[in-house]
Amino acid sequence: MDLHQLTIHQARDLLRKKEISSVELTKAVLARIESVENRVKAVVTLSAERALEDAGKADKALASGENGYLRGIPCLIKDNMCTRGLRTTCSSKMLENFIPPYNATVVEKLEARGMVLLGKTNMDEFAMGSSTENSAFFPTHNPWDIERVPGGSSGGSAAAVAADEAIYTLGSDTGGSIRQPAGFCNVVGLKPTYGRVSRFGLVAFASSLDQIGPLTKDVRDCALVLNAIAGYDPRDSTSVDCPVPDYTQALVPDLKGLRLGVPKEYFVEGMQTEIRDSIHAAIKKLEELGAEIDWDVSLPSTRFALSVYYIIAPSEASANLARYDGVKYGFSYENASSIWDALEKTRQFGFGPEVKRRIMLGTYALSAGYYDAYYLKAQKVRTLIRREFDEAFKKYDALITPTSPTVPFKIGEKADDPMQMYLSDVCTLPVNIAGIPGLSVPAGLPGGLPAGMQILGKHFSEETLLRIGYAYEQATEWHRQKPPLN
Amino acid sequence: MKLSREEVLNKALLARIGLSDEDVEKFREQLSNILENFTILQEVDTSDVPATAQSVDLKNVMRDDVVMPSSSQEEILMNAPRREDDFFRVKAVLEQEG
Repeated sequence: MDLHQLTIHQARDLLRKKEISSVELTKAVLARIESVENRVKAVVTLSAERALEDAGKADKALASGENGYLRGIPCLIKDNMCTRGLRTTCSSKMLENFIPPYNATVVEKLEARGMVLLGKTNMDEFAMGSSTENSAFFPTHNPWDIERVPGGSSGGSAAAVAADEAIYTLGSDTGGSIRQPAGFCNVVGLKPTYGRVSRFGLVAFASSLDQIGPLTKDVRDCALVLNAIAGYDPRDSTSVDCPVPDYTQALVPDLKGLRLGVPKEYFVEGMQTEIRDSIHAAIKKLEELGAEIDWDVSLPSTRFALSVYYIIAPSEASANLARYDGVKYGFSYENASSIWDALEKTRQFGFGPEVKRRIMLGTYALSAGYYDAYYLKAQKVRTLIRREFDEAFKKYDALITPTSPTVPFKIGEKADDPMQMYLSDVCTLPVNIAGIPGLSVPAGLPGGLPAGMQILGKHFSEETLLRIGYAYEQATEWHRQKPPLN
Repeated sequence: MKLSREEVLNKALLARIGLSDEDVEKFREQLSNILENFTILQEVDTSDVPATAQSVDLKNVMRDDVVMPSSSQEEILMNAPRREDDFFRVKAVLEQEG
């Protein structure tokens, strides 16, 4: 097997046995990036020199007996997580030249474990989007069909894993931004429970919804990366101080004793039949593996989730993005006539259309006369959505849904219709609203395009989700399929 | 109902985003369309439902006030678009009335 195709656990084993070095592995992945990146366009900033230095250090540490399962393994990180000294752009003109003076907690944690950082991945600007077409720099292409989108907003991170341009990546998920692109690219993506992973150093989009998580080639790798990044951080007051288990201990290949529910509202009108068929077949596989399935679960408030999300997320964004004023860092309009003119033009020319649209929407929902009807109402319906999940998880260990109602769509297909674009996250949004964890695993390739299965559980039930994903993966071959890039 | 031009310009002022005439027309159309979809929430009876601000039950998170290392002045200023000595440089905030 070519080195760039390795999973984390395969690479870890070869590194430990001294059959490969981190420098060899890193060079192989860099060569892979060189050969496919002109078609995939997943990377905003490549840090090859730094990666080779990191790899050299990792080899020395490994030779001196230091271990650790991520040491010497090359990764890419979504470009909204601060990397000290390495440009962090959020794929926005606003931050095109921003060099963070500090590391995000997740970056610190991975560095402490001997990460080899290859660079930063493309995304929808400020993580607002579902296709990575909203990047201010260039769209990313789906390795399974380069005329199609990789999903978003972590489209670069998902496409990079699918194309073997990194052994693993990190993404962030505010309404589906890890899971939907993972589903579109046939990789594994986890949005952990709100509070499970520190967001210190993650550029804020919607603070009550944002969460960081891994994108990997299989579920074991997902558990390994989660082990490394999970945990309490005093610098993120929303991170939760509860023990971090060894998630790999949850990986057992059967589902005996588990009760799974299939909520009918997620098999929505307008969903593609090939997705429905793939997910139904996957659920039957879960049944074969020993799970008890209830096909008739109802979460009636699901239909309100889209509206709740597109009020709450833009409202929070309009407050968070107020900091981009062209004074402290970032793009700054040069020829302004006054301080107010400078502010307005900096934001007019620094932000792209979707970011401005959401700031405007959020400003509207929070403004005098509309606050009660929009923002407060959405927060109340949020409570109802959360309660329905709480009730369901009294009866079921997990819920199974499609990750997205469609296979990846064509680049440009939905670019001019914001509402149509928003609908592509209809299966993932409720999860962030409730703060629960969600895992997407490869579950089919109808017509050669990926279909993702989403597994949902109660707060801090990542072990259960990983167990289900792992058992399914052991019994199927979807995750081993590679896109036709060569 | 389509948002008025004035409403769009008012929100742009609150958000401090400059808009071209073309942007104003586009946002009138698009924001109206999106807001129209939100009317579905009015169907829900929420009279006895409390609001959820965030989904994990944490309250009043405090830490001890201890001195810790922080970024240097140079690090904080290194991304400044315009600086003068150890200051961020901005246009005049208070202007003389003429």
